Amino acid sequence: MAKIISDVVCPFCGTLCDDLEVKVSDDGKEILEVYNACVIGTEKFLHSQAEDRLKVPQMQDEEGNSKDVSVDDAVEYTAQMLCNAKKPLMYGWSSTNCEAQSVGHEIAELVGAVVDNTATVCHGTTLIALQDVGVPSCTLGEVKNRADRIVFWGCNPAHAHPRHMSRYSIFPRGFFTGKGHKARKMVVVDPRSTDTAKMADLHMQIEQGRDYELLSALRVAIRGNPLPETVAGIPRETIQDVAETLKSGRFVIIFFGMGVTQSLSKNHNIDIAISLTRDLNDYTKAAIMPMRGHYNVTGSGQVLGWQFGYPFCVDLSRGFARYNPGDSTSNDLLRRGEVDAVFVLGSDPGAHFPISSVKKIAHLPSVCVDPHFTPTSAVCKLHMPVAFVGVEEAGCAYRMDNVPIETRKVVDAPEGMLSDEEFLKRVLTRVKEIKGVA
Amino acid sequence: MPEIELNLISGRSIQQGVSMEAGKEKPAYTKACGIIEMDDADFKRLGAWRNTNVRVTSEYGSVVVKAVQTTQGPHPGLAFIPMGPWANMVISPKTYSTGMPTFKGVPVTVDVAEDEPVYDSLDLVRKACKGEI
Repeated sequence: MAKIISDVVCPFCGTLCDDLEVKVSDDGKEILEVYNACVIGTEKFLHSQAEDRLKVPQMQDEEGNSKDVSVDDAVEYTAQMLCNAKKPLMYGWSSTNCEAQSVGHEIAELVGAVVDNTATVCHGTTLIALQDVGVPSCTLGEVKNRADRIVFWGCNPAHAHPRHMSRYSIFPRGFFTGKGHKARKMVVVDPRSTDTAKMADLHMQIEQGRDYELLSALRVAIRGNPLPETVAGIPRETIQDVAETLKSGRFVIIFFGMGVTQSLSKNHNIDIAISLTRDLNDYTKAAIMPMRGHYNVTGSGQVLGWQFGYPFCVDLSRGFARYNPGDSTSNDLLRRGEVDAVFVLGSDPGAHFPISSVKKIAHLPSVCVDPHFTPTSAVCKLHMPVAFVGVEEAGCAYRMDNVPIETRKVVDAPEGMLSDEEFLKRVLTRVKEIKGVA
Repeated sequence: MPEIELNLISGRSIQQGVSMEAGKEKPAYTKACGIIEMDDADFKRLGAWRNTNVRVTSEYGSVVVKAVQTTQGPHPGLAFIPMGPWANMVISPKTYSTGMPTFKGVPVTVDVAEDEPVYDSLDLVRKACKGEI
């Protein structure tokens, strides 16, 4: 008889839904069904069972032909590559647990690497803005229980965080929000009429890239000062209407995504979005929160923060931690040819970096540690398959509101397959031997 | 053949997420992300049928993808390629000292390339890295 494992945490996005139920076979080796998860989370659990899954490390020769190698060989290659490099880049960390991140950072410190996570192409500009102006934020529990004015700015949770609206932001009935979505006003700002925007009470279809102007205009409207006829393609009356809607709420939350962080103006967009939130606090309670993508990108920032004082792009090559976005960030380092080896774990820069950066990875000694075979694996010299964290390994992950949640293990990994943490510990041991720091 | 200018953004779609988790080497990933979503008005300007292969070119590179009718429109003049290696062939790698490439708001030209193939993700990245495309 199959058994059901409850309170399973989904290792896909930063919403980190913790109410999944997974039906596993009698012997506990196979996932049969996944309940409560969104379609993406379900796919992640079920794909771990794929028959064509890689189980043995693969090494590429000069011509790009792959051959199977042993785990010992993979550990040796990785340790030698990191020790021989003057300035290796250790990138990723967002699809693994905090325990593995911590071991990875220990290696980075020993070999003088740059440690960067996926925030660098996601909410890195948000982190810069938070350091510039601070942030009035809250937890998703507070949003569920208190928020009656919800803004989604430059994000599309219907596609990217599919259960965010039903669990926390729009539909649930909370302690002070007993009428659920009926008592909430939803505002969406997006240049497209997205599936999220179609559900909104007010959609401001902004001209792409003009977020700074519109945020500025909202600040003006909140103060009751005059505005031009249109700003960023939005009529004055609509802006004033949105300003009044926000001011009249009991608790305003602004969620923002890549539309703000990846358009020109970047961190300045977020600076002014935070300033708008601060202004709203003169009239009501308001908070702002980034919609984090990977399920533990927030955790990576946290662990880097505890250990080195900075949340991403930490350069340890001089023996102490330096942080300088634009200089120590992955894409800038790669494009300028400033790193001489690349180690990737828990992300896929091959698919998600500009091609000019991917070309640089392809021409360097490189290792990709990932359960999937990805475009990064296709260009890296070594692909090391590992267990799925959150499915085959437990461990700590941070939700988008900085709440740590212990993920659960539901099935065993294929026999002999290491977890990220185990692989990193073996590399660390070998690095210590090579460096003579037992 | 006509060539039209559009403003390109990239981003997530639910099909992108599902197919990514199901394996980036599978045809479903190419079907979900090797596309450009355009408005009817832009199809008319281009003089192309829906589901035609097109070449998207920017200052930073070019890529062949399938042009499909947008479901999250209207947004004339704006084009959308889901995040992934196809979009990353043409987006701006400039970070302006923030570390963040400019994934949204890249001027591109689009022209019909009916006879050219849409490569799968692994082929696309490998060929681009070898300088074959």
